[in-house]
Amino acid sequence: MAHFIEQIIYGLTVGSVYALIALGYTMVYGVMKLINFAHGELFTLGAFIGFVFLGTLSWGSYFGPALAIGLTAILVAGSTALAGHFLERVAYRPLRHSDRLAAVVSALGASIFLQNVIMVVWGAQYRAFNASLLPTVVWRIFGQSVSLVRLFVFLTAVIIMLSLYLFINRTRLGLAIRAAAIDQGAARLMGVDVSRVIALVFVIGPALGGLAGLLVGIYYGQINFNMGQMYGLKAFTAAVIGGIGNIPGAMLGGLLLGLLETLADAYVSGAWKDALAFVALISILIFRPTGILPERVAEKL
Amino acid sequence: MIWGNKSGVQSRSIVQVLSALGVGLFLALPALLAAGGLRGAPYILDLLSMVGLYALLSLSLNVILGLAGMFHMGHAAFFAVGAYATANLNLTYGWPILATLPVAALMAGTLAFIVALPVIHLRGDYLLIVTIGIVEIVKIALTNDIFGLTGGPNGLIGIARPVVFGHRISQPRDFFYLIWIMVGITMILFHWLENSRFGRALKYIKEDTVAAEGMGVNTTAHKLMAFVIGAAWAGMAGTIFASKMRTISPDSFTFGESVIMFTIVILGGSGHQKGVLLGAFLVMGLPELFRDFQDMRLLAYGAALVAMMIFRPQGLWPPTPTQYRLPDPYATKYPRGDKPC
Repeated sequence: MAHFIEQIIYGLTVGSVYALIALGYTMVYGVMKLINFAHGELFTLGAFIGFVFLGTLSWGSYFGPALAIGLTAILVAGSTALAGHFLERVAYRPLRHSDRLAAVVSALGASIFLQNVIMVVWGAQYRAFNASLLPTVVWRIFGQSVSLVRLFVFLTAVIIMLSLYLFINRTRLGLAIRAAAIDQGAARLMGVDVSRVIALVFVIGPALGGLAGLLVGIYYGQINFNMGQMYGLKAFTAAVIGGIGNIPGAMLGGLLLGLLETLADAYVSGAWKDALAFVALISILIFRPTGILPERVAEKL
Repeated sequence: MIWGNKSGVQSRSIVQVLSALGVGLFLALPALLAAGGLRGAPYILDLLSMVGLYALLSLSLNVILGLAGMFHMGHAAFFAVGAYATANLNLTYGWPILATLPVAALMAGTLAFIVALPVIHLRGDYLLIVTIGIVEIVKIALTNDIFGLTGGPNGLIGIARPVVFGHRISQPRDFFYLIWIMVGITMILFHWLENSRFGRALKYIKEDTVAAEGMGVNTTAHKLMAFVIGAAWAGMAGTIFASKMRTISPDSFTFGESVIMFTIVILGGSGHQKGVLLGAFLVMGLPELFRDFQDMRLLAYGAALVAMMIFRPQGLWPPTPTQYRLPDPYATKYPRGDKPC
């Protein structure tokens, strides 16, 4: 039983990271109906920018862990947001009115490009974060040991997600995003600057993805140039599970996928863990393409 | 030029003569290289064989992506199945390589049928993501030594060379001929396929699925068939690959390989065999000229894909619109010349 609860905690930690990345997919999909394949690479970029400050420059030893992580998080979110904005400008905006599949191919090209830029800059080998960044504190909560890193990752992800949720549901800008997601034309008629909304989505999504990258770096301690591919595909799966275009759905889907994966890893087979996400993706697309929290009347896939 | 005229016919025959010359020169290349006594000749032939192998794979992907318009990015999965089928039959049962060709095709085609059946109706981008999932699952299966047939991460070693009419194919020159003759046969067969009723239906589906459905084309069956044919062909390419390399491992069948095939088709001109051939030369051949920039290779593919979609989404050498020579409708339908107004 203790083992089981431990797995649940693992699963929620990983799942919260998936959820954070999935939000980027789901927001972009909601507004543009485009799978932003390059999102996984923006996640990796976030991890590597975090690595520059926390690993190479080891800010942790100068500023102390809290301040170092805080500063790094701001820089990571800022630079991935910038990269996302640039990506939208170069690879997606010229294709906004062309064939939808052209945009998909462009997204894919951008993803391959970014991944290899990261490889050329930082190399193909694994890069290690500063291991002693966060003190290895382990608490016992209800007889269950929970380490600080795990709690930190989970809580950070949850706080970010809650703020996003409030932003989308309580602010005028959030309202504009929701309006553009439902019907771009109608939103434009109501005075929403859809172009700005798209730009905004391509700033928020990548920033969240970049922060997720930073969290992964801190949590696992090592990062690699092509990790964004696997994380990206899994997060996309999470978004589809939750109902793509649906923001709470992406959060739920991420947590669910994290749990599913960790439990499968622990009780079924570790080697097949990565295949599970794809099986889940394919089965959900076949049996319930709208996901568990369907956004609205789903278009035919 | 629907009706065609004399000068059109003439320029066409000139093109035919020139391309025949080109093909002849290409096939004589090994002899020319040998006569020239070039030291790098085996390397050049080996490179051209690789170009041919990828041309074969991309031509088969072209049936799925170019003709039927299905965004399939998991072609490496079927390539892998063919290669492993050949390796197993050869290593365990001692089958000669060429005898495993149909089995490789059958296995790859069957897998394609099974995985495509539930997902074939999915719209473009979803199909793309599912096919990426398929290639990842296949790679995980290969790495995990599924059914004890794949040798795990190390793969299978010591696959035999093919024997054609008692001649053992092992030199770069022999593989050059084997592969390019297969490319030639493939091009002829697929050209025929493209212009058949089936091929026309696929093009219709690509242009407008709903309209095709409305005209009585069974879109699901046609798409499935195209998928299976393309996959079976990739399986046979796997056979050649296995016997050329003699060693296969999961690393040869990654998502990256699928991306390369996909890039070849999109870059060259999807739906156009010559365009795909051009794409294979560009994508596989060009980077060899810039060997110092190995790392930049995929980076350039990515940038090329984005740039192509923005500036030339139809590819470098897209197919010309199909033209049909029609009989004069008025002559047959209204013999007395009373045309409708």
